[in-house]
Amino acid sequence: MAHEHKLEIFRGALKFKSNVSKIWGVFIVLSIVTIVEVVLGIIRPAFLVEHNFLALKLLNWIFIILTIFKAYYITWDFMHMRDETVGLRRAVIWTAVFLIIYLVTLILIEGDYIYEVYKNGYVKFDF
Amino acid sequence: MEATVVKTGTEGKTWGGGNSPLKASYGKMMMWFFILSDALTFSGFLAAYGFSRFKFVDAWPIPDEVFTHFPFLHGVDAPMYYVAFMTFILIFSSVTMVLAVDAGHQMKQNKVILYLFLTIIGGFIFLGSQAWEWATFIKGDYGAVETNGGQIVQFLNKDGERVALRDFAVTATGARVEQTRENGIWFKEEAEYFPTVSFEQVKAGLLANDNILVRVQNKDEHGQHIVLSREESIAKVMNDGVMVVEGANLRHNEYGHPLFADFFFFITGFHGFHVATGVLINCIIFFNVIIGTYERRGHYEMVEKVGLYWHFVDLVWVFVFTFFYLV
Repeated sequence: MAHEHKLEIFRGALKFKSNVSKIWGVFIVLSIVTIVEVVLGIIRPAFLVEHNFLALKLLNWIFIILTIFKAYYITWDFMHMRDETVGLRRAVIWTAVFLIIYLVTLILIEGDYIYEVYKNGYVKFDF
Repeated sequence: MEATVVKTGTEGKTWGGGNSPLKASYGKMMMWFFILSDALTFSGFLAAYGFSRFKFVDAWPIPDEVFTHFPFLHGVDAPMYYVAFMTFILIFSSVTMVLAVDAGHQMKQNKVILYLFLTIIGGFIFLGSQAWEWATFIKGDYGAVETNGGQIVQFLNKDGERVALRDFAVTATGARVEQTRENGIWFKEEAEYFPTVSFEQVKAGLLANDNILVRVQNKDEHGQHIVLSREESIAKVMNDGVMVVEGANLRHNEYGHPLFADFFFFITGFHGFHVATGVLINCIIFFNVIIGTYERRGHYEMVEKVGLYWHFVDLVWVFVFTFFYLV
């Protein structure tokens, strides 16, 4: 089993001297992102709440992108996906990513459709 | 002795012959594919949550108004702080886990023991926090009235602040009398669920207090719940109300749509179950490290494999945190 680690994050913009210092570096990155999420969640800036993109508030897009950002660093650096072979990486990540995108897209569109049906009064649930 | 501990039992098999496909050992690769399937399971749950939320998007509770408590700070409105704390606990225990894996690569037994110990402590703190979070959610806060159609009606004063049912309900209407078999020809079992005030007392309290308004589940265009006028409030509670709801369970939920509580219990419960098994497995390898099993085996790969599972639990929490508390 290979014990050497790739010690760069942010596409080489940040290099660490040892694996331990890389771990702490990633921890700091994840903490900053979490703090940003919590602060945004408490303030809820009006501009981000009132403007939509693809039927979702801008604020929610920011939360989802930050979550995927965090998931990337947990998988790549804590779970050492960065050090695995390309084949293993693709077998695990691509399977999950494509299936999840497919499932979520279809199911949310369907949920929104049912909402419209209720709202337009063809079926009533609030009697 | 050495025959039982030095080998892992996969020699002679395809993966034991020194050629490992994709440069991963059998155990590690299988852990990855288990994690993949588990990730798809959680995605299914979260997608179902998203489906129900989109379906009742008008009536969904606002998470900032549901999770507002912090231990030992009574009456302080502290949205999000407690889950943020839980998130940090889990990320930090992930860090100590990856440090344990790193120390294992360097064959430093004592460091592995220390870091695994910290990881297990983090796991227990997280589980305790989740138990507290559940208890607070189940106990409830202000109480609400449920209507005939399953809608939740919450009470406010004229300044727009939430008012608890016990603060305005008229409690002088007589104590609750337990129905018994002797008193009726038709006897149905008593309900299992007793709120602190009865629906009659709430109705009397609403009529007696001029400054109480109600708000309904549906939201206006700014995403805030619609507050009814005094006349509409009285009409809503008198005509449509059927029962008092305090706290949340699988059928009733004072914070809003019952599905919110159902998914909250199910998804955070399933995640909590993963954390609990993670702590259990961590404990097993912790004792194995102490008695030197991996030292004799010559490598600490088991710590790495269990570490993968533990990081996965953290990974799932990142998504649960986003979709239950932030979005």
